[in-house]
Amino acid sequence: MTAAVKETEGFETQRNESLTTKIQHVLHANPVFGPLAVLIVAIIAFSIVNPRFFSAPNLSLVLAQVTVIAVLALGQTLIILTAGIDLATGAIAVFSSILMANFCVKLGVPGILALILGLICGTVMGALNGFLVTRIKLPPFIVTLGTLTIFFSLNSVVSKSETVRGSDMPDIMSWTGTTIPIGGFRLTYGSIIMLVLFAFFFYALGRTAWGKHVYATGDDIEAARLAGIRTNRVLFSAYTVAGLLYAVGGWILIGRLASASPNVGTEYNLDSITAVVLGGTSLFGGRGGVLGTLIGALIVGVFRNGLQLGGVEVVWQGFAIGLLVLVAVSLDQWIRKVKS
Amino acid sequence: MTTPVLQAKGITKRYGRVTAIESGDLELYPGEILAVIGDNGAGKSSLIKALSGALIPDSGEIYLDGQRVVFRNPMEAREAGIETVYQTLAVAPGLDIADNLFLGREQRKPGVLGSVFRMLDRSGMRSEAQRHMSELGIGTLQNIGQAVESLSGGQRQAVAVARSAAFGSKVVILDEPTAALGVKESNRVLQLIRDVRDRGLPVILISHNMPHVFEVADRIHIQRLGRRATVITPKSHSMSEAVAIMTGAAAAPPPVA
Repeated sequence: MTAAVKETEGFETQRNESLTTKIQHVLHANPVFGPLAVLIVAIIAFSIVNPRFFSAPNLSLVLAQVTVIAVLALGQTLIILTAGIDLATGAIAVFSSILMANFCVKLGVPGILALILGLICGTVMGALNGFLVTRIKLPPFIVTLGTLTIFFSLNSVVSKSETVRGSDMPDIMSWTGTTIPIGGFRLTYGSIIMLVLFAFFFYALGRTAWGKHVYATGDDIEAARLAGIRTNRVLFSAYTVAGLLYAVGGWILIGRLASASPNVGTEYNLDSITAVVLGGTSLFGGRGGVLGTLIGALIVGVFRNGLQLGGVEVVWQGFAIGLLVLVAVSLDQWIRKVKS
Repeated sequence: MTTPVLQAKGITKRYGRVTAIESGDLELYPGEILAVIGDNGAGKSSLIKALSGALIPDSGEIYLDGQRVVFRNPMEAREAGIETVYQTLAVAPGLDIADNLFLGREQRKPGVLGSVFRMLDRSGMRSEAQRHMSELGIGTLQNIGQAVESLSGGQRQAVAVARSAAFGSKVVILDEPTAALGVKESNRVLQLIRDVRDRGLPVILISHNMPHVFEVADRIHIQRLGRRATVITPKSHSMSEAVAIMTGAAAAPPPVA
């Protein structure tokens, strides 16, 4: 009698396993499905709670709110794909925006030139991280922890903790915040730049040798080296390109705030990591992609906005997003255990 | 007498006072599987590393098709046509079979798409990967677009061997290819090694597994105390005789050609 019961139990668990294993396999092959499902469910749920959520003006607001974080998270994705981490993301973005603003206002450099100089500065900051990671062989966490502190400090020195108003700067600086109406929807130029950048890196990671090398380096750096990939070059390029992306994020930030403020952006470092992780990119490297990151950034934006419209206090929004991150990382661990 | 495809003469490598290999010699002839056996510390991995460019010897010469060559890193050896499959499988688990086969030497699309947009020739690489895999009798193995991590150990090994066979123009070196495999999978990999030889590529096989060595090798190079003790064939000597020579329990017979 007991033996029979045991057998039935054993059979049942096996059947359950095969169903979950199936889900595991589907998510393993298509890591974007999970985050996409979360985003769609969240949008539907928030629209039911407050019909105002799914209106054109509100959706425009959500997109404008996530644009900066999405661009920063795009750079962060490149680095996390190589099994690294970048804590200096926000620092580079904000410092670049301060440099751009001060080039025009303090030094009187023409707008377009100030913009280019700012982008170069961001790229150099990223390259510095890349240099320290590949040449001095320090762990990315330590490198970017150090440069985070250094860049924020320089940021205060250069800006003298003063905000530069957008109206004092050439138009090109706050151009990213100008909108073009599409029906009731108001799309900023910053958001367009963001979407173009995502499309570009979607292509670069999926369809070029550089992209394959980024994945291979993050997956197993020793195997990549033995296969003839110059892994140091790949790592250096990832940090450098990420620096450029952060500087673009800084430019979009000026448009969004209609000013260049040295006192924003501390939360951007971790927010960018949150978006990447929610998008299903693995912190252990080699798995994930920019499409997931875009969805991840949208999830953060939708949750913040939706919870607000649903009447949830601001203090609880962080709680909800933190919970989401933990679920996302647990899911990633589980998917990685997929059996052949 | 034919010229060896790959020949090492008097390779020496010392680490401080420790001599890893002392005037090491090795000859690999066209169309053969040469097994290299030896106890731990006999210098076989140093010898192999020198041939694959992973180690720069203190002295000694390496000849490829009778021409003197000097390898400063594994890439130079690879460019010269020597492909090595390392014991720690050099595959990226997250990438698919085709991507792994072409890892580090991806092909771009012809024309503007390739030169300006750097677009990879995915379909071209896939069909070529498929062709390489079927040439080695492993074409039906798996879907070419499948991630390598979803393959078994033997299948991963097959991918690594296929890659070396596809790109190695002169020599394929396999370091312990059956070490982590079960009986069935080992047999498939051994067959794969024979297939590589039968396509005309000579193979150097480093292995601890005597039955595997005696099953596939044409000649067996026995390394002992940093030197080549002798070269035997599976027909001339038994497994226990080979072990006796390897451990020094028996005197080494003169090498066969």
